[in-house]
Amino acid sequence: MKTPNQSTQTGENSPTPDPKNSGVISPEGIEAGNSPVEPGQQYQPVEIETLPSGQMVVTPANLPAPSRQRLVWLSTLLKNPKALLGFGIVSFFILMALFAPFIAPGDPNEFVGIPNQPPSTEHWLGTEGQGKDVYRQTIWGAQSSLTIGFATGFLITVVSSLIGMSAGFFRGRIDDVLTLLTNLFLVIPGLPLLIILSAYLQPSNATIILALAFTGWAFGARVKRAQTLSLREKDFVAAARVSGESSFRIIFREILPNMTSLIMGSFISSTTYAIGAATALSFIGLGNVSDVTWGTNLYWAQNGGAILQNAWWAFVPSGLCVALVAFGLSFINYALDEVTNPRLRAEKELNNVLKGTTFRKTRTRATPVLRLPK
Amino acid sequence: MRYILRRLGFYLVAFWAAMTLDFFLPRLLPGDPVSTILGAGNQLEPQQIQELKEAMGLTDEPLILQYFTYVTHVLRGDFGISFSNYPVPVINVISSGLIWTLLLGVSAVVISFVLGNFIGVVGSWRRGGVVDNFVPPLLVLIGAFPPFFLGLAAVYFLGYQLKWFPVNHAYGDTIIPAFDLTFFGSVVQHMLLPVSIMVLVTLGGWALGMRNTMVAILAEDYITMAEAKGLTQNRIMFRYAARNAMLPSVTAFGIALGFVLSGQILIEQIFAYPGLGYLLISAVTKVDYPLMQGLFLMITMAVLVANFIVDIIYTRLDPRVRAG
Repeated sequence: MKTPNQSTQTGENSPTPDPKNSGVISPEGIEAGNSPVEPGQQYQPVEIETLPSGQMVVTPANLPAPSRQRLVWLSTLLKNPKALLGFGIVSFFILMALFAPFIAPGDPNEFVGIPNQPPSTEHWLGTEGQGKDVYRQTIWGAQSSLTIGFATGFLITVVSSLIGMSAGFFRGRIDDVLTLLTNLFLVIPGLPLLIILSAYLQPSNATIILALAFTGWAFGARVKRAQTLSLREKDFVAAARVSGESSFRIIFREILPNMTSLIMGSFISSTTYAIGAATALSFIGLGNVSDVTWGTNLYWAQNGGAILQNAWWAFVPSGLCVALVAFGLSFINYALDEVTNPRLRAEKELNNVLKGTTFRKTRTRATPVLRLPK
Repeated sequence: MRYILRRLGFYLVAFWAAMTLDFFLPRLLPGDPVSTILGAGNQLEPQQIQELKEAMGLTDEPLILQYFTYVTHVLRGDFGISFSNYPVPVINVISSGLIWTLLLGVSAVVISFVLGNFIGVVGSWRRGGVVDNFVPPLLVLIGAFPPFFLGLAAVYFLGYQLKWFPVNHAYGDTIIPAFDLTFFGSVVQHMLLPVSIMVLVTLGGWALGMRNTMVAILAEDYITMAEAKGLTQNRIMFRYAARNAMLPSVTAFGIALGFVLSGQILIEQIFAYPGLGYLLISAVTKVDYPLMQGLFLMITMAVLVANFIVDIIYTRLDPRVRAG
């Protein structure tokens, strides 16, 4: 058992080996212990060997492997209705982006008819101010918008993890500099910086992703630094340090696995931010206006006078898509918080226990007291 | 006091960083920065271009000297001359927008903060009640909408279709600004819709954050103690629990301000509200670099000052900070 992998998120401990199996354990025993044994299965009889010095060494032939507690939150998450709703919405839009050529065949930039026509059987969502098909533009817009969103989310997660975890782990001078940098980026308003950055750079998807990541990494770094700070004081990190593991290994093998849910949460919120901010940028006209994204659709709707022409169908679909994706993502995060926050979970479990009993919780804030109804 | 001074130092560093970023950005452009930047102002006379170059510090001097010229200009409040409003200095354009941005932003932030935290407190107090079960998810749903999309929809449906609200500018076009009721009435009327949208979008964050902190605080022993002492519910709720639960909210206030401002920029654009955000976007579309840079610095400074005020309030709320 090299890493205890105590999951601080779920607050559960890995099972310690049965006391009767404890003893001086030889390295071979540890190796053998890694073979999985089903819970409840009988352990192999232990081998007892007497050394020339007279010391007896007990070698359990088959130690139970520590069960993988660290991903418990993930399987709990997949049973959470909020998370399922979120995953459902997000996968719907991902599928929409992937199968755009089949769902909405044809070039989204093609001029198909008279401008500002209301929805009809021919053009399901009508045409916009230049006579392009709104349905096609909405479906195809998912491709760029989601690509930018997820790519930026990934980049931000990598950058903020690196910066946050190094700051939290190494402390000292490195921490001071990185924390100052993080706080600076937190306090300098993001969108204005993003706007002037994009005004100077050539508009393309790559520059948008870079600019979004440049302005958006700080919050995640701060959260990860705090988590690393608390994890590095844990016993298993001390144990790893004593056994001579390198900092690199401690960070990536000991600390990182205990932060997976936090990192996933940060990836989701960065993606939400990126989709919103990229849409805002394109809406202002700072994206590549010839690309089809939800943001440029809104830009053309605004500039084509959709509002003055009473053409609500030109801006409602793209805006709704952005909102729904953001809604789905924040529901996943909402659920993640519920699953990994022991306090919120305990509340829920208590309610489940009480279901069907005559006990009622007092309407109290403090430690719940159960009372029989009068 | 030491805490306040340390924060002040940090904000000075932040301002310097923003200023330096502002200086280096145009110089990071591919090609010759001077001609790229001035390409937009090519309707100007050669002598005026020379003046502009000097005002912006874009001379043939070594970079470090350019930087010093730039810094001294900025510290004097001299951001050069706006291309799109030639020959009005950038600083005059900015000061015309600042008041509107502050009016809109401060009202929205204060309303949203107070209302959101109140919902959070009530929600956690009656956990599982109506406020707790339905309001946060609803607010999260609304908060997921990009603010500018809500703005567009509101302008379209409530403004153009139903004609309930005016849809652009800060006050009626026919009204002359004066200290009278018609003017103030018109200003309030024009603020209603943009402020409500900004409040709606940001409310969920406050409510949810406050609720989660309250859940943690309410499990503390001193709350049980307060209940055991038989204090009134209101007293426990606001004086004991909420006051402590406020602290993370107040800390988050500074960061939230940046987000609010980002939303506000787009809202101003949609409502053609003559604040800094509206000016910034029109400066970008008119490729007016001096105005853009000046606005960025001014917006940053506004956020920094607001953060500093929040820090001062924080020391009032948390005696531990005052003592340390």
